[in-house]
Amino acid sequence: MKGYLIKRVMYLIPVMLGVSIITFALINLVPGDPAEIILRAGGVEPTLEAVEVQREELGLNDPVYVRYGKWLWNILHLDFGQSFRTGHPVSQEIIDRFPATLELALAGMLVMLSVSFPVGILAAIYKNTVMDHLSRVVALLGASLPSFWLGLLLIYYLSVQLGLFPVMGRGGWSHRMLPALTLGLGMAATYARLLRASMVEVLGQDYIQAARARGLKERVVILQNALKNALLPVVTAFGMSFGHLLGGTVIVETVFAWPGMGKFLVDAIFNRDYPVVQGYVLFMAFVFVFANLAVDISYHFLDPRIRLERGRSG
Amino acid sequence: MLGLIIILGVVAAGIFAPYLAPNDPLKIDLNQRLLAPGKQFPLGTDHLGRCVLSRLIYGIRISLTTSFIVLFIIMTISIFVGTVSGYVGGKVDNLIMRLIDILLAFPGLILALAIAGMLGPSIMNVMIALAAVHWVGYARIIRGMVLSIKEKEYVLAARACGTTDGKIIFRHILPNIISPVIVLATLDMGHLIVSISGLSFLGLGAQPPVPEWGAMLNDGRPYMQVAPQLMLYPGIAILVVVLAFNLLGDGLRDVFDPKGTRRA
Repeated sequence: MKGYLIKRVMYLIPVMLGVSIITFALINLVPGDPAEIILRAGGVEPTLEAVEVQREELGLNDPVYVRYGKWLWNILHLDFGQSFRTGHPVSQEIIDRFPATLELALAGMLVMLSVSFPVGILAAIYKNTVMDHLSRVVALLGASLPSFWLGLLLIYYLSVQLGLFPVMGRGGWSHRMLPALTLGLGMAATYARLLRASMVEVLGQDYIQAARARGLKERVVILQNALKNALLPVVTAFGMSFGHLLGGTVIVETVFAWPGMGKFLVDAIFNRDYPVVQGYVLFMAFVFVFANLAVDISYHFLDPRIRLERGRSG
Repeated sequence: MLGLIIILGVVAAGIFAPYLAPNDPLKIDLNQRLLAPGKQFPLGTDHLGRCVLSRLIYGIRISLTTSFIVLFIIMTISIFVGTVSGYVGGKVDNLIMRLIDILLAFPGLILALAIAGMLGPSIMNVMIALAAVHWVGYARIIRGMVLSIKEKEYVLAARACGTTDGKIIFRHILPNIISPVIVLATLDMGHLIVSISGLSFLGLGAQPPVPEWGAMLNDGRPYMQVAPQLMLYPGIAILVVVLAFNLLGDGLRDVFDPKGTRRA
């Protein structure tokens, strides 16, 4: 396990290096001269001299590998540069907004879990009944529903019409409810079906029959014996779709004016605040990579076979 | 089957948009703003007095053509890269796989958002961004398929007979991966449509006055209280089309992959 873990973490180094190169290269996609953009953002008329001075200051006249080296050096010291618009360090701006996004992502996951688990398990137990078919239709609808539209519908019917929840912003649980539903319901649909399929397979196994034959209560068989084994593919899929969750926060935050990183990113894009965009992308890739690492490690607790195999080889 | 019928119907509506749309989708008439559904405007008008139904019908063209083009680009790149990687193997494969690992380390939508944002808001840039991000996952899957087919007896036999690599790839390998790839592509069409309209909703994709569903939703947002239909119909349009592609994809998967090996 330890050997495997070290190997796995070591492999992240070249990957993150590659991620940093791509993030750095993003700035080359920008039409126009960054120096000119900064000057315009600061309200300065970009004369030839001013642009040249700014270019020199930004190091834009250096060869590309020198620029990348300097940039990477700064990143390693958690210096993501300064926002063109506010002049504050990007790292600070990100740290200020990260809790709001994390809160939203966790709330969304909570919705996802509390919907997909009961639905998935019940659909598997009552396979091919009305309940199962109904869950299939709802899941298909849920998977096809664009989250930005779901968000608008929730705002319109629950906030505007019924006045149950605040329309936007961050605050108490009532503020969290609609954004969390918007983020979580679409994913819940997919996971409920996934869990159902996995549960159906596990429930047909011999050891489940054996557990029942031993006279264990059905509740114990399902929750302890079956669910634990059925979770593995679900956890794998979750690791892969964690990126969806992160991407989803951008849209949900925009719909609900949630003051997190996603909304910050969209604002930065429209303000042509490129260091913020770069910083955000790099930070999110980092979060994503480590979330996947966490998923990988969690296999070890879920599946003793993997633990043993890797223990022997690693 | 239902999915296919809906898609064919929607495609037909898009092709014959000029005959089906009751009004000019771009015609602004400030005297007719935010009208409720009526005789002249069956689904009402938007904040600039444009016919919502006509815009929805013309919107089919934008959503479907952009998604098809992006899908086509993705498929071309990923089939090429995946086949080369899997077939050639060795250092080339290693290099390509490392690049894919790096690209997969980014959350897809966020990288697409950043690329589109850097390039500047336009539907073209959104298409470039989505293609740049989405080919990666396919390339990895296709490489896996090529790797397993490469070792099959009939390929080994073909090689033993002195068949050229090109012929092996085109005659023996590609025909065998094409049907699962079509299933994946169909299932992803819905995803692409949502991504394109989502980015347009954020303001990055289609620019005014182009009638695009995501952009229409965003336009209708401020008028939610006075004209809720503005944010209702474009959403229904997206939902129906995406649902149709998902239904078709599920159906195709059952046909091509009866064992359900990739069933989610």
